Amino acid sequence: MLALTILIDGVVYASWLFIVALGLTLVFGVLKILNIAHGSFYAVGAYATASFVGWFGALGLAPEWSLLAMVLAAIAVAALLAPLVERGLLRAFYGRDEVLLVLVTYALFLILEDVTKLIWGATPYYVSDPYMLFGTVEFGLLSYVGYDFMLVAMAIVCGIGVWWGLNRTRTGKIVLAVIHSDEIASSMGVNVSRIYRFAFMFGIFLAALAGALTAPMVSVQPGLSVGVIVVSFAVVIIGGLGSIEGAAIGALIVGLARALAVHTWPAAELFSIYVAMAAVLVFRPEGLFQRLQARKI
Amino acid sequence: MHATTVRTVLAGGLVVALLLAAGLAMPDWLLFLATMAISHGVVSLGVVVMMRAGVVSFGQGFVFAAGGYAAALVANQWGVGDALLLLLAGGVAAVVLSLPFAPLLARYRGIFFAMLTLAISMVLYGILLKSVALGGSDGFNVGRPTLFGASIDGRANFVLYGIAVVVVGLLAIATRIYGDSVRGLVSLAIRENELRVEYLGASVRRAIAANYLIAAFLGGVGGALTLLALGHIDPMFSYWTTSGEFVFVAILAGHHSVLAVFVASFIVEVVRSFSNLYFPSTWQLAMGVFLLVVIRFLPRGLGSLWADRRPRAAPAVEAVAMKEAVR
Repeated sequence: MLALTILIDGVVYASWLFIVALGLTLVFGVLKILNIAHGSFYAVGAYATASFVGWFGALGLAPEWSLLAMVLAAIAVAALLAPLVERGLLRAFYGRDEVLLVLVTYALFLILEDVTKLIWGATPYYVSDPYMLFGTVEFGLLSYVGYDFMLVAMAIVCGIGVWWGLNRTRTGKIVLAVIHSDEIASSMGVNVSRIYRFAFMFGIFLAALAGALTAPMVSVQPGLSVGVIVVSFAVVIIGGLGSIEGAAIGALIVGLARALAVHTWPAAELFSIYVAMAAVLVFRPEGLFQRLQARKI
Repeated sequence: MHATTVRTVLAGGLVVALLLAAGLAMPDWLLFLATMAISHGVVSLGVVVMMRAGVVSFGQGFVFAAGGYAAALVANQWGVGDALLLLLAGGVAAVVLSLPFAPLLARYRGIFFAMLTLAISMVLYGILLKSVALGGSDGFNVGRPTLFGASIDGRANFVLYGIAVVVVGLLAIATRIYGDSVRGLVSLAIRENELRVEYLGASVRRAIAANYLIAAFLGGVGGALTLLALGHIDPMFSYWTTSGEFVFVAILAGHHSVLAVFVASFIVEVVRSFSNLYFPSTWQLAMGVFLLVVIRFLPRGLGSLWADRRPRAAPAVEAVAMKEAVR
């Protein structure tokens, strides 16, 4: 019974992590930026959801509509913020050292922390409508909120969707070419800059969507972004930066490690994640799904 | 003694003497601010030591907290009150705790080095947060230290500032001498091209491990010094945003000058406390914009304003320009 609990909790947590990490790994794959501000976009997504669900409620729409509000909120965040950040800020730093780019996004994270506070204030928001929509699911003696399983479904849809988009569509194949080498892709006539914009916007959409999906489960308040960042970093590092399969496996490893810790040794909850990450990196220094790269002389 | 060493010692000694003299004229708030700037600056100095070899630690909070907690425990459990002993305890404890990680971390570069160090610091954060004996998330307080057995109660702010200036001054001089030594120069070569360094017969991993341990000592002393100045410690010492600020200062300073690290640290402390005072809800915004401006317009840091003014090689500039043109 305990094993089943750990498995279910782990998979639910992993699903949530996967949606966050998917955007992070995609942005890294294409733009070569490990985006600390990813957590901020996640938080903005959650706040935007709070506002949208509130407006939908004020219009007198049924609670079912709140699901649409969540997706619209994520789209709005991506459509507004992504061009602003990518064109207005990141473009100036392309081609610079990877670690320096981490710091640029760290600055962006600091800025967005205060901007969200300026817009939404410091008081918590509660978005409980969508959480109640899916009822409860019974597993023998265990009772789960149906929403959790919707989260698993969403993660699977996102994962398959991105995989299909990358491997089975023309645009996706161009994106893969840019991931492999942006210089060669550009010499073949690919508009690399457009792919950057597109990939960044999609990455932010996924971050905001993860925030939107989280909003009903927590109180939306300052500090939401900080906790997400390091955990999602751990996931993409375990999986290998830029790898989608890796993000899925990484999310499962981290999710299960955390669930195991929560149920057997609660004091270890926080660092179980990092221990899992360190354990993987000791044996696979580049992560699970990273191809080795030749060193340049 | 080598001429460069003599020059470093003389220049360092002069700066320390000037800072001590200036301290006599400073009001209490400025003394405290300067002490914090120095105690944080020495941690960033450790980041700079690693940066010279091209790796950046995003987890200096680990040694910062290790040093702080070690000094605090030595003070509270063993009743050791002497400030200098506590600083030494902080530095040594940080090195001892870092030892097992040094050979492991020396295998990683770039993002992976940054993320692994980050993970280590977050593991410590998790442990500290859950340890009831160490006060959990609230941390605990430590009494005021003594100096050579004498109480410092009357002029605590000035004495702590003086200790910070002298101890960190000595460490900074030692770091500069190390930077000019063979191993220190090998670090610079590793930053340029580590494969060539290996072909020339130097051990890259050993150099990176040594830099990591030196940075650990500096970070541990910085943690202990911060503890003495604040009289309080909590797990936030090891949180990733704390580590982020150390990298922030290191990038702001650049790796060309030791003095620049402390200038940068002081600027950041001033910006932080004044924006805290005048726009309390948007100080992070101010810091972020400040950081972006520095990275954009001073890519090699404050130190490049007065040190290392060699012209950049033309081909490299062309390559960068071509890359930018592509995008």
